[in-house]
Formats: sequence, structure tokens, C-alpha cells
Amino acid sequence: MPVAELPEVRLETRFEDAKPLYTDTEALVEANRCLYCFDAPCIEACPAGIDIPTFIGKIRSGNVQGAAITILGANMAGLSTGRVCPVEELCAGACVFNDLNEQPIQIGRLQRYATEKALQKESESGHKLFTAGEDIDRKVALIGAGPASLACAAHLALEGVRTVIYERDEVPGGLNTTGIAPYKLQATDSILEAEWILGHGVEVRTRVDVGTDVSVDELLAQYDAVFLGIGLGSDGMLDIPGMDGPNIFGAVELIRRIKMRSDFSIPPELGRVAVIGGGNTAIDISRELAMLGVPEVDILYRRTETEMPGYEHEMAGARSKGVRLLEHVKPVEIRHDDGIVLLAEHSISGSSMEYRYDWLVIAIGQEKQARELVPGIEVDTNGRVAVDPDTGLTSISNLYAGGDCINGGKEVVNAVADGRDAAFAMLRSWGLRAKLDKYQED
Amino acid sequence: MADLHTEMCGITSPNPFWLASGPPANCGEQVMRAFDAGWGGAVWKTLGQPIVNVSSRLAAIDYAGNRMSGLNNIELITDRPLESNFKEIAEVKKRFPDHAVIVSIMVESREEWREIVKRAEGAGADGLELNFGCPHGMCERGMGSSVGQEPKVLEKITSWVMEDATTPVLVKLTPNVGDILDPGIAAVQGGADGLSLINTVKSIIGVDLDTLVPLPSVAGKSTNGGYCGPAVKPIALHMVSALARDPRVNIPISGIGGISTWRDAAEFIAMGSSTVQICTAVMHYGYRIIEDLTDGLSNYLDDKGMTSVSELVGKAAENVTDWGNLDLNYNVVAKINADTCIGCQLCYIACLDGGHQCIHTRKSECFAFHGESDHGEHPRIEVGPAINHKAEGDGPDFLPFVDEEECIGCNLCSLVCPVPDCVTMEEVASSKASESWNERMARGAG
Repeated sequence: MPVAELPEVRLETRFEDAKPLYTDTEALVEANRCLYCFDAPCIEACPAGIDIPTFIGKIRSGNVQGAAITILGANMAGLSTGRVCPVEELCAGACVFNDLNEQPIQIGRLQRYATEKALQKESESGHKLFTAGEDIDRKVALIGAGPASLACAAHLALEGVRTVIYERDEVPGGLNTTGIAPYKLQATDSILEAEWILGHGVEVRTRVDVGTDVSVDELLAQYDAVFLGIGLGSDGMLDIPGMDGPNIFGAVELIRRIKMRSDFSIPPELGRVAVIGGGNTAIDISRELAMLGVPEVDILYRRTETEMPGYEHEMAGARSKGVRLLEHVKPVEIRHDDGIVLLAEHSISGSSMEYRYDWLVIAIGQEKQARELVPGIEVDTNGRVAVDPDTGLTSISNLYAGGDCINGGKEVVNAVADGRDAAFAMLRSWGLRAKLDKYQED
Repeated sequence: MADLHTEMCGITSPNPFWLASGPPANCGEQVMRAFDAGWGGAVWKTLGQPIVNVSSRLAAIDYAGNRMSGLNNIELITDRPLESNFKEIAEVKKRFPDHAVIVSIMVESREEWREIVKRAEGAGADGLELNFGCPHGMCERGMGSSVGQEPKVLEKITSWVMEDATTPVLVKLTPNVGDILDPGIAAVQGGADGLSLINTVKSIIGVDLDTLVPLPSVAGKSTNGGYCGPAVKPIALHMVSALARDPRVNIPISGIGGISTWRDAAEFIAMGSSTVQICTAVMHYGYRIIEDLTDGLSNYLDDKGMTSVSELVGKAAENVTDWGNLDLNYNVVAKINADTCIGCQLCYIACLDGGHQCIHTRKSECFAFHGESDHGEHPRIEVGPAINHKAEGDGPDFLPFVDEEECIGCNLCSLVCPVPDCVTMEEVASSKASESWNERMARGAG
């Protein structure tokens, strides 16, 4: 199995779980706090629309399998999203307790508890939470084995559609496997979840590079529909002189090495690292490096903290590990002189600044790659694949898309919701309706 | 500070808080520690012909994470030799002459009653309590609740005891009857000096869903027990007030049933109890709860300008009446404070599904027939078309609002609201004069 292919020695295994699995007692105490709101704001705030008060009520009554069915029916990656979702910005941020000066319900931790316990019980008892549907003589190919494709394939498989996921990498899970901060989720857990999803009758062909080994057009010809869940491409780089020298890394690639590689380690003499960017990836890699013992880790951002797209709670978490934020830093040039000399200017006053670092990590976003794969596909001005928001259908018939490639890089839960909705839309286009499909015509 | 000293049918104690007959008053060492902690009196664990107890005796209901909202027991009366009990009673009275020691007793024959009354009083008991309430085990042998459920037998045994007793006698009643007045009046007719109630409620508290054995399990079998703790308080409050209100019951009452705090105790006293007895709360938290019980009650009496417990006795019972005497033209309606509302919509769904469809949100449509709300004179029996309710102003969609014309004033919304004072019930002036059902019947209105 793919999980076995992951090397045992990886830097990420040195990280402890920031929010460990609740004990039964902890879960019960927290579940008992939930008010069981009607038309609850947490559901509204969840991109997957999980019926949160219902699943928490089921934890309260001791119906953990039922709680997991409520969660997973809306979000097949419920286990990992319970750990990686920025709940402060989503469900828990909308919890009515915020208005009552009480701590909001720890929805993510309850979700992790319900799904992890239920999947454990499922594997022990053999009583399946979900079973694959009877074959309906339809087949769908999915490109990329990230959360969007996994969710899409799972919902199709539950309705009896034959599904094949083509994955360029050797393991499934996409960025959920290779890109999540290891104190939230480690690669092994992501792969185990992917394998659970695949276990509902989804075939995955790893190490197949669509575009090289097989074309999208060929897939469209062979299958009833194709789902594009390709995410984004490699790390974007700054367009300034000196970027081609040593000790400059892309953030996504660096996180991947920390998580996946047995031959990667932090040099003991590494003293100062700058991370350029202001998003959550910049914050994640900074915190990881600080936790791995790098003495000085600075985030250099061209505007101020208020404008940072990265979340406030994530920045606070990074600061608690010693990460500094330097504002108004606009890089101009890099010189390589016994380390890295970064020349920058103040983004408002224009005054010149000079910094010395051992490593430079670039976290300014990832490249778009859809057009390389499907040249004729319609994209928006930001290079994101244009889709019908209800169905995920692209400008090319029978070609659907979801996840980072349509939204430019959002949360795992967004990708899962996209994949699920595309599956439902495919079924509807064949005159069928998924049991879990709650879509209503306006 | 209000004076907590209490006198009840001749028994005095430093405060109205007595340990109820049960495990906390099982032996002299315990009772002395309780008195040291501040308890005013103790009703000794029931004495009778010694029995043998089973192992595994208690089971409880937890509610929403709170342990022991209700407790169930299948323990019987004392399982220690009578001689030891009497020796310890004498020792307690010697060391604590000002505290009340009441001995609970339960035997079968005329001779046994005579004998045990004599011995208990000989040991120095300040009073006796006849246990006609135990609903498990002992009742199978013709004692406990099997006496309390037969007014004639209760009266007879009470009168036996009254012939021999020289100290005040309380009759402890079982709630497992159709009308608590029947055994209460029988006790008065038998000559009892006072009543104490309630004993435990006959119950089976739950089933272990793994083993399918009800709780508590004794070698894979169970039996009904007696239910007590916070859950039974409303049952006890009703029964205490029913007796306190009845002119035929002209003897004092010791209130028992789910009392955990001074507030509970004050309610029992206001409903007609001269003293209160507590067991489950002590089993849960220990004798130390007496500190809050006494100074909480004392502070409350001070706040109310009362100088003694006796001033509070029965004050709320005066305000209990029959349903037929309630004013049919009194109206309250719910008001929702938009500033403190957190948008949980529990009031909305409670009113929609479990109330009278009078709370709406901007999103919601109402499918109930809406006619003038007149408290039953013209019952609403039709289902009308959907009405899209509009609130005045432009608050957020989640904000519930009350259709005050339709609100029938049931209180449900204010009970489910988690925010203090967010939903309040406010009186609206009625154009009609006060009239009760009984008055309406009397004028032939129907």
C-alpha cells in the first residue's frame, strides 16, 4: 500500500499534535456545552455545510457512528478537515457563544473525535459507515488525487459509478498529504484517510502524469465525465535579480521535504531564515522552521499585518514559537555573498534596507497549471479555471473542476465541497440524484 | 443575622437542617462529624430487625454532563446490631445535647413497635420517625411503603406508637400514592405530632445497554429501588404544599426531596416545611455543604427582613391554589431583547414545533392558522395559508421576533433561551376583568 512507501524517518514526525484527539470525557464535556442552535450559524459558515449541531448531539448521546455519518456524508475528508480546518475563521468563528463571552464550541476537535473514533470502530467491527452503490454503468476519470478528487470519486462510487483517479505522485492525498503543517496533520494520517475513501470502490493509478502519459482529451473520450482536481503548480518565484542562487526555496516544496523525505534535515549551522509572503503557507513554514530549532525566523511582508491574507490565529501561533513579522518589506535584489544579502525597500517611504540571511523561503503563492494541461479551457483573469458555481462544469463539456485550481488556493474543506458538488452535478446530468444530494433549484 | 434556631413539634435544633435517615446518618461517628460541621439535627438511619444488604446498591442518572441528577438505591434499613446503634445514639446525645437526634424506626408487630420505641427513647432520642415510606425490599416484607400506601394500616400503627411514645413522633410518608392527603390525614388521625416527606420514589433508574441488566446490577439481576436527588424535588414540593394547605393537616412538616442548596431549602420552608432533611446532596459532596446551607439561608432571611425561619414557613404555600381559581384573563407575552440575542433560534424552533407558532424570523414562513388569541374561548382549529411575517425595522435575518397578538404567554421561549434575561415575559393589560374558571362556571358561562 502507498502508506508503506513513505519513509519512516521524516522531519515531520518530530512534531507533536497541536490539538490531540479528545478523550471520551473531554468530548462529552465539550459536546454538552453545545446549545443545539436551530438554523445554526456554524452550518452556514462551513463550506461543506456539515450539520454541526446534529453531529455534536450524536456525540452527546453516545452515537459516534451516527455523528461520523453526519460529518462524512457532507465531507468525506471529515477526519483530516477536523484537524486542518481554520475553525476560528469558519464554524467556531460563527458560534453564538462568541456573542455570549464564552469560548466557542471546539467543533474541529469534536469532528476529529467523532470521525477518528468511528473509523476505528468501523475497522474493528466491519460494519461499514458507507457502502459502494450497485454499478450503474457510468465511469468517471479524475485527475489528481487531492481532497477534491477524492471527495468527488467517493460520492460517485457510493452511487455506483466506476471511478479512476490518475495521480502523478506516488501517494494519494495531494497537498493534504504533502503540504499540511505537521503539528496539524502528518502525511501518514492523510494517506490513511485517502485509503479509507478509496476503499469505497475508487481505483487510483499513481505515478501517472496526465498530459504526458495520457491526455485529457483521451480521458474525455474514454469516460462519461472527467474531473479536474489538479490543484496548483510549483511555488511562484520573485521576479528580481539573484533568485537563481543557492539556499532559496519555495515554501510548498520545503514543507514537502519536511513531510515526505528521509534525506532532508535542517543544517545545524542554519541561523537566520527569511520567509517572504503573507499568507498561511508563509506562516506555516515559519512556524515549522522555528519549531525545528532555527534560531531566527522572520516573515517579510510587503504590507502590514492587517492586510496579511494569513489568519490572525495562525500568526499568533507562529509568534508563540518565536517567529517575527517585518512589515513593509519589498524585496528588490538578492546578492549571494557568504550567505544571502537581501536588498529591499520600504513599501511606503521607499528607503533602502539590507538584510542578511542563510536561507530565503518564497511563499507568495503557487503557479496556475490548468492551461498547460487543457490549453482550450476558459480561465478567469487570475488564471483560475472558470466553472459554473453550482455544478463545477468547465467551459468544456463533461469536464468538471474543483479545488485549488478553481479557487486559487483555499481550504481543504472547500476542495472537498467542490468535489462533492461536482459528483452530484454529474449524476443530475445523467438524470440521477445522489442520496446525499441536497441541491435545490432556485 | 437571622436566627436559624428551629422548633418543630417540640424538637429543637440549632438550625432547620437535618440529615435525612440514610447512609449519612448510619452511625454515631458520622452523626458527630456532621454536628461538628454544623448540621442542626439527624434522623438516624432506620432501625429495625437487622437485615442483610446486597452488594451494588446505588445507580444514578447523569444529565448533560452533570453527575447524579437523580439517585436510586436498593439499600435496606440498618444492617448493624441494634445495641451498637443505641449505644452510639446515647453517646451522640451526651456530646451534643442541643442537637436534634430523631430515630427512624420500622418493625412489624405491635410488640416490636413497643419494644423499639422504648429502646430508642431510652437511648436519648429527641423524637421518632416512623418509616412508612421505603419502596424497595422492606415493602416486600409488609413494612415501609406497604404501610404508607394503606391509610388504615398507617393510622393503626401510628396510634400504637403514640400509646407508648413519650417523645414527638413524625410519620414519614411515601410519595408512591395517588393522593398524598390520604396517608397525611391518616397520620394526623393516628395522633402523629408531625409529618416528614417525601421518602424515595419507587423506580428503576436505567438499563445497562451492553448487558441488558437494569441498574444497579446484583449478579446480573436488578430490582426496583427508591429514587431521590435533585430530580425529585418538584414532586416533593407539590406534596409538601398539598399537605400544608389542607386545614385537616394541622401538624408541622419536615420537608425532604432533592434539597441540595439553601435555595431549595428556602423553597421547601416557604411551601410549608418547618425543618428540612437532606441526604443525596451529602452523599454527593459531604457534610461540608452545611456551611453554604446555613449562611445562605440566613442571608436570604436577612434580605427579606425576616428574623427567624418560622417567619418563612408556608409563605409560598399560601399562593398555591387550584387551577380553577386562576385568572383566565391575565396575559403575559414574550419580549425578545434584540441587543442581547445571540441568534441561536432555540426560542423560534421551540415555539414553532413545541409551542404556538408565535415567534418568527425574517426567513421563516408560518403555516399555522392565525386567529385572535383568546386563551381557549375560540380554539384555533384550522390550518391556514402560509403567512410571511415581517419584523419592523431592519434587524438581521436570524433575529427572532414575537407576534404579540398571537403569543399565548406559555413561557417556553424564555425557558429555552440560553442568554440571561434575553427573553422576558411581560404582563399586558387585559380589557377584561379578572375571572377564573370556577367563577365562569358559577355564572353559567362554560
